[in-house]
Amino acid sequence: MKRMNVSCLIILFALLISQTLLAQVGRPFIHDPSTVAECDGKYYTFGTGGGGLISDDGWTWYGGGVRPGGGAAPDVIKIGDRYLVIYGATGGSPNHKGAILTMWNKTLDPKSPDFKYSEPVVVATSDGYEENDAIDPGVMLDPTTGRLWLTYGTYFGFTRLIELDPKTGGLKAGNKPVDVAIVCEASTLVYRDGWYYLLATHGSCCDGANSTYNVVVGRSKKITGPYLDNVGRSMLEGGGKMVVATRGELIGPGHFGHIVLEKGVEKMSIHYEADLAQGGRSVLGILPVVWKDGWPVAGETFKEGTYEIESVRRGYGLELAVDFTRMAVGPRGFGQPNNDPIKPVAAQQLADVIKNWPTGTIGLRIGDYMSRPHQKWTITDAPDTTGYLGGPYYKIVLAGTDRALAATADAEVITVPAFTGTPEQLWRIDQLTDGTYRIMPKVVPNSGKKLALVSSGDSTPTLAEFDFNSDNSKWNFRVP
Amino acid sequence: MNRKFNYVLLFISFIVLSGLQLGALTAFAQGPGQRLPLPPIPLKGDTTHTLSKHFTTGSTTKKAPDANGFIQRWLVLEPVKKDIARNNIFTDNYLKTTFSADNFSSDYTVVPRNGSTVNVGNQELKWYALDSKTFNFNLYHFTYAINKPKYGILVWLVTVIDCPEEINDVRMAAGCNSGSMWWLNGQEAMMLSGDRDMIADNVTSTRLRLKKGKNIIRGAVINGPGMANFCVRFLDEKGVPIKNISLSYE
Repeated sequence: MKRMNVSCLIILFALLISQTLLAQVGRPFIHDPSTVAECDGKYYTFGTGGGGLISDDGWTWYGGGVRPGGGAAPDVIKIGDRYLVIYGATGGSPNHKGAILTMWNKTLDPKSPDFKYSEPVVVATSDGYEENDAIDPGVMLDPTTGRLWLTYGTYFGFTRLIELDPKTGGLKAGNKPVDVAIVCEASTLVYRDGWYYLLATHGSCCDGANSTYNVVVGRSKKITGPYLDNVGRSMLEGGGKMVVATRGELIGPGHFGHIVLEKGVEKMSIHYEADLAQGGRSVLGILPVVWKDGWPVAGETFKEGTYEIESVRRGYGLELAVDFTRMAVGPRGFGQPNNDPIKPVAAQQLADVIKNWPTGTIGLRIGDYMSRPHQKWTITDAPDTTGYLGGPYYKIVLAGTDRALAATADAEVITVPAFTGTPEQLWRIDQLTDGTYRIMPKVVPNSGKKLALVSSGDSTPTLAEFDFNSDNSKWNFRVP
Repeated sequence: MNRKFNYVLLFISFIVLSGLQLGALTAFAQGPGQRLPLPPIPLKGDTTHTLSKHFTTGSTTKKAPDANGFIQRWLVLEPVKKDIARNNIFTDNYLKTTFSADNFSSDYTVVPRNGSTVNVGNQELKWYALDSKTFNFNLYHFTYAINKPKYGILVWLVTVIDCPEEINDVRMAAGCNSGSMWWLNGQEAMMLSGDRDMIADNVTSTRLRLKKGKNIIRGAVINGPGMANFCVRFLDEKGVPIKNISLSYE
């Protein structure tokens, strides 16, 4: 948190009290959230001031998380079978004197008999005079070396890197902080394909819809930097390539946390300084991570609408397996003089063809996309309160009808005449790290398997295990 | 007067909200929640108020920009104290009005002498000739060193660039925390409005001409909370830093 004099701190504290109260009634109100962590099937994130949010499915959040120590802007990482919780002892004190502490817990579930925090240990400090403020920790376990790294700091000077001992959570013996960025806050590290990425928040916080928070990134081949942005500017010179900025009514994203669900499916946890739709309060946000040209960027939360569902495998579109109905062919006669007026041709309408379709269950194909009624799908948030990390389940119906996409017990996919809301008619949509999408039924009837919509050959849709390395498993949504 | 009123109002709001919601906080199982006292934190460096820690003072020899073209030599005026709660008040109009009102001279080609004083409003302020030891010029360090207010400040700056030959189509490039305006040879070159971070090349001017001989840069940086800070350099038409210039205080 940054740029507050005493009056602003008072306002913020008063607001935080209010927000914490509201957070307990089932809304995702939080500031400076830790990276969302999963524990025994539930999701947890902790925020400034103590406490935190819990979600059974990653979509609906409520209060109840427990983090002692107060202070601000914690982070969480699972190492082995324990969780290391890191936090700043202050919320960015006016004198910039601060400390970063770490503590362990076997579980994040406060109702578990194993729930007990270890005594916190100090791993970094700022003395109030140095060009650093020891708050806003972010932690990464290097997958190539097993070494545990922590960055910390705020707008007051430098962001610093230290190494922790992954066994104790304490500062590695003899380690000295290294400056890796300036005028950032809420930093964290990500490793990918030989690069270390330093993600950090620029702008100012804590002023509701006026907050200018945004997340930027630089990268380096060495953990100690220099971290350069896409134009070669060092983050020690203020450099950084945009990862996520304000979108629509969601103002001022900050405090990036990286969540890898599986190969090709990555999310970021952030907070928005203000969600105008939720009273302008600071809320938890979860967005897909897309990697484009070697840089992470926020993907899109799926938007309801009517789409062609395009198979990445060949580029064909998902369609109802019904007879193709020809359209009238316009005048040809190339090269012949013709001064007839040019008139538009009406597109084929649902009413033109639906009378010829069966009324019961109809199968599916993937075929040449011709912008025909049997190829257009309307996707809306299902009237269902459950979801998954970052999104709600959707219903997918043929545009203009209630005919719904559904999974079958034999792992195929069909359409049923009407949407009834049963779980096999609910669909999870995740944007993947390459920008394409995965489509999964909430359940496959009589099966515990987690299957996704895939293309078998070019033309047959079916359900199978998701494979990020195969374009068979990937889809795009195109506006028809 | 207004400021005092605001604080009183804020404290009253805080107390009322705290009182109303303290019970709710306890009831919602936030855990221990209370802030633990900070551990003993030893001082890690010299905390004396001295310019020499971050600056070289009063050098008489000409100086080149640093390896990346950043201008480290500036005449810096003691800060004009401003009452600023938030940096996002720095609109274009605010900056123009404030820099016009709290100005030491409307002659933007004047080069003050090191150690001389000027009046801005009812404040008598002193000029310092300083070379920053880093690419940026950290005004927080400056104000700490001279034991002046560190937050809520407006700082005037002047430097002189000596060009061996005329250079056309250059751009002045700057980053600052938080707002600033810059002039070249008496003409406004650029403005950095809004709540900005000190980011190299955050804003560039339109194409400018550096004349042969002396060119005078005037700057004004304003900042509320946070570390007042700036960096300036010139870029050629291809965006390459200009380094074949020398810097002086006169």
